[in-house]
Amino acid sequence: MAKIIGGIGSSHIPAIGMAIARKIQKTPYWKSFFDGFPPIHEWLASEQPDIAIVFYNDHGLEFFLDKKPTFAIGAAAEYISYDEGWGIDTIPPVIGDEDLSWHICNELVEDEFDITICQELGIDHGLTVPMQLMWPGNTYGHMKVIPVVINCEQHPMPSPKRCFDLGRSIGKAVESYQKDLKVVVLGTGGLSHQLDGQRAGLINKEFDLMCMDKLVNQPQALLEYSIRDLTEIAGAQGVELNMWLAMRGTLTGQVTELHRNYHIPISNTGAGTMLLSNV
Amino acid sequence: MSYLDDKTPIPGTIMFDGTMSRKGYGLNKMCYSLNDQAARDEFASDEMAYCEKYGLTSGQKTAIKDRDIIGLLEQGGSIYFLAKFAGGLGLNMQDIGALQTGLSLEEFKEKLVRAGD
Ligand SMILES: [Fe+2]
Repeated sequence: MAKIIGGIGSSHIPAIGMAIARKIQKTPYWKSFFDGFPPIHEWLASEQPDIAIVFYNDHGLEFFLDKKPTFAIGAAAEYISYDEGWGIDTIPPVIGDEDLSWHICNELVEDEFDITICQELGIDHGLTVPMQLMWPGNTYGHMKVIPVVINCEQHPMPSPKRCFDLGRSIGKAVESYQKDLKVVVLGTGGLSHQLDGQRAGLINKEFDLMCMDKLVNQPQALLEYSIRDLTEIAGAQGVELNMWLAMRGTLTGQVTELHRNYHIPISNTGAGTMLLSNV
Repeated sequence: MSYLDDKTPIPGTIMFDGTMSRKGYGLNKMCYSLNDQAARDEFASDEMAYCEKYGLTSGQKTAIKDRDIIGLLEQGGSIYFLAKFAGGLGLNMQDIGALQTGLSLEEFKEKLVRAGD
């Protein structure tokens, strides 16, 4: 049977990809952020997961506003990263697992999550930056990836509770898959930040730290927030907490915090990093 | 009831909802096209002609000309698509943040650092 062994929360902002490309991870600005990752690398090396399910949002690469799915899931053999228009490096193709994707899709729709199923899906920094963070030097060739896209760009957006429940449904689907596979789940984005408007630059450290605390064993406490609440408290892009909640939703066993890091600022954000095991 | 029924403004924040998305459709579509290098070249060679192709309003064209990010947001621009326009001009998110808040780049960065105190 497939088993979800843990979840990782991580930022996915483009500036990180730029820093990796310029090899400036050890400079004073970046060091305390990148220092948050070696414990995760060690854990991945010892646990050797086969599959990564990655929750992210598409910031205008694959999806325009002509058709904007609330939840979309990849069911492709591979995923290509394309030019995003402002210079971030693309990464080598990411390999998919079509059988597991379709199994998850079948279960999700049965469970009343009417997702958009994508047999082609261009991946943007929301997915490529976390891949580079988890597997430095693009050493993810042994991993199969299932991208799950949550709308964080256009209101109305799905509620934190709905995203947590989507995660739970994906978690159940994975655990009912007949193959012996070890699965890690990435919740990417956040934490608090606002890119647009006169309030650009808003970061709410206290709220971010509270979210990371609650995520471990009281995620329910975060499900009362509305998207409007998150926008007010954590900024217009603070709604990316939804991806962390979806990740947490997939963890249905005994959850233990193995590692965390939090650093301000990385570009315009409060950058959280978190490793949770699921036994 | 949708959370969008609460019309109380959030200071310094525009909710990119159906109203804004309809208003900014052409503008955002133009910006979305800039994912491609050929489109960026065409835009750079004659910005206003390129805007015309996507049916931008005169207000939106003026805001493009003036690099007026707030003006573009108010006229339906989505920050994710505007980033492709601004990125092509060599502006990153901190430059855009400084422009929108009326701070210098150094002041804006300083404000971000202070959020960590
Ligand atoms: Fe994002």
